[in-house]
Amino acid sequence: MSRLLSVEGLTTRFPLAGVHVPIVDESTFAIDRGEVLALVGESGCGKSMTALSIMRLVPKPGRIHSGRVELLGRDLLGLSVTEMRAVRGGRISMIFQEPMTSLNPVMRCGDQVVEAIRLHDEVSRKDALARCRELFVQVGIPDPDARLRAYPHQLSGGLKQRVMIAMALSTRPELLIADEPTTALDVTIQAQILRQLLELRREIGMSILLITHDLGIVNELADRVAVMYAGRIIEQGERTDVLGRALHPYTQGLLRSMPALATPGRRLPEIPGVVPSPAEWPMGCRFATRCQLAEDRCRREVPGATARSDNHVASCHAVEEGRAQAPAGGEPEGAAR
Amino acid sequence: MLAYVIRRMAYGVIVVLGVLFFLFLLFFTVTSPDDVARKALGERVPEAVVEQWKVNHGYDKPLFPEPGAWTDNMLVEHYRRMLTFDFGRSDADDTPIADRLRAGVGPSLALTVPLFTFSLLASIPLALLVALFRDTYIDRMGVVLCVLAMSVSILLYIIGAQYLIGRLLHWFPISGFDADPRVVVRFLALPLLVGLVAGIGGDVRFYRTVFIEESNTDFVRTARAKGCGEARIMGRHVLRNSLIPILTQVVLAIPFLFTGSLLLESFFGIPGLGAITVDAINGNDFSVLRTMVYIGSLLFVGGQILTDLSYGLVDPRVRLE
Ligand SMILES: Nc1ncnc2c1ncn2[C@@H]1O[C@H](COP(=O)(O)OP(=O)(O)OP(=O)(O)O)[C@@H](O)[C@H]1O
Ligand SMILES: [Mg+2]
Repeated sequence: MSRLLSVEGLTTRFPLAGVHVPIVDESTFAIDRGEVLALVGESGCGKSMTALSIMRLVPKPGRIHSGRVELLGRDLLGLSVTEMRAVRGGRISMIFQEPMTSLNPVMRCGDQVVEAIRLHDEVSRKDALARCRELFVQVGIPDPDARLRAYPHQLSGGLKQRVMIAMALSTRPELLIADEPTTALDVTIQAQILRQLLELRREIGMSILLITHDLGIVNELADRVAVMYAGRIIEQGERTDVLGRALHPYTQGLLRSMPALATPGRRLPEIPGVVPSPAEWPMGCRFATRCQLAEDRCRREVPGATARSDNHVASCHAVEEGRAQAPAGGEPEGAAR
Repeated sequence: MLAYVIRRMAYGVIVVLGVLFFLFLLFFTVTSPDDVARKALGERVPEAVVEQWKVNHGYDKPLFPEPGAWTDNMLVEHYRRMLTFDFGRSDADDTPIADRLRAGVGPSLALTVPLFTFSLLASIPLALLVALFRDTYIDRMGVVLCVLAMSVSILLYIIGAQYLIGRLLHWFPISGFDADPRVVVRFLALPLLVGLVAGIGGDVRFYRTVFIEESNTDFVRTARAKGCGEARIMGRHVLRNSLIPILTQVVLAIPFLFTGSLLLESFFGIPGLGAITVDAINGNDFSVLRTMVYIGSLLFVGGQILTDLSYGLVDPRVRLE
């Protein structure tokens, strides 16, 4: 498989109380053609910001500080505004976390998809509308003709998200960024939409950056997984490696707290403490404040990436020094505490 | 929809009746009919003349309904006249008020309609431009200019324009009015200019705030993510959605074009309804004043219904029922 997107050292900073805080800090990852990369992590760890940085849509006063975002070898961060516009919606599409508010309330759904199509392809309105109708059928919108004419407020959350998906797919992008596409929806619809996304990926042959904090979804859909904690990617690799042989104490903790993996009748073990807010991130390893293996070095030095195998790396001093717990995951170990 | 309009009009009638009642109370608790008569006739006229004047104007009756005068009192008369649009004569100079309204509405509209139109045509594009360049020096300069324009009193603009353009440069007459279409523009130029400059700062700032608020919404982010340029986003996505808050201000202002502008008309000698109102205030002319306030409240109620109806036009989420 060939490399589609490669993100290197991407850093996006926000001024918080006078200090520039790297909300996304030196992120490095890559997505191959046709691959699903899951980006997981707790709320507020910077998953959406990573996605918005790739699209160069970081809201003010945030700013991409450094790094490279290469699409087929071309650095998106160096493109002119006009060139970037052709990439957005054309080669990279994005579905947002908030389906209820992401559509223009005073425009008909069909017109919003037609606009997306005609921004990138020179087709007549009529042809675009026909394509839009096809897409609606494809993403499973019942009664597509009525929905083309409907305003967003006339649709349920699930249907709105499907319109967003239709819009995102309308230009056959090479990469789809799906930012928690189903968290705002109820469980039955979640599964439906995700399954459809996967089918569509196969049909269109695109890659997906799937952002979620649901490890169950990751287990079902992802080829590879990157785990984020407090702005940094702390472990990444093949799904089977990360979920089955997790290296980083944080990933191990996440896996232990998954209901599907826990021992029935026993209280779910949780990671002690809470995620620090960006303003109080520690200087060394950001997980040090909650890690049972943390030593002085962890609090002082940012850990570099340690490779377990070619495709499986973790940023942890304990892993590097060989004093980490045995790889966890797959099978629940005894009680964590 | 029709039911909605009828219900809104019924509420409107209640509001107008209430306004009329407070108007009556306010006026006659502050000044007695004798004071009004003295004001109109002068201090030295004999008591008999004052009494006759009060009889002529219907101010000799009891104020409120009382035994023996359930209908023949000033309050009932007040309502009867207003509700039948029988406005009577001015307290100050005995001219029929209906004639004065007819004469004044033309000059008022000649001033307010162009002022309203030009203000909209100037301030909305300016605000769009400033919002398009938000967070750049263009935006910051725009806001500073707006605040400056807003901070200067309109009186200063009036005096400044009259002195500079009227007196020193002799471009336009300082004040006055002539309905002859060939010269009317010359008389309207200064008040239009002053009205435009005095109002534009606040307008641009208001519209800019609305536009910027709309451009921070999720659906604008979606538009960017699908590859829309900023200008297109402003024109297609932001403007359409901003119409909803903007309409409240704009549509509500339309009925008041008829009542003219108090300050501009009286300072520039335009014989419109605004000037008539100011004269009535200065001269304690109750019968003119209540007519103007009554018409104002009718227009206000009408404007509100109009605003609600226009919501239904621009916002598909609004259903009027
Ligand atoms: N406009 C902003 N100004 C300052 N900080 C911000 C801003 N937007 C987001 N942040 C911070 O950036 C961090 C990352 O936010 P982000 O939305 O990327 O999190 P996330 O991983 O997507 O979380 P969630 O799972 O809740 O969507 C958060 O800690 C948040 O406080
Ligand atoms: Mg998010």
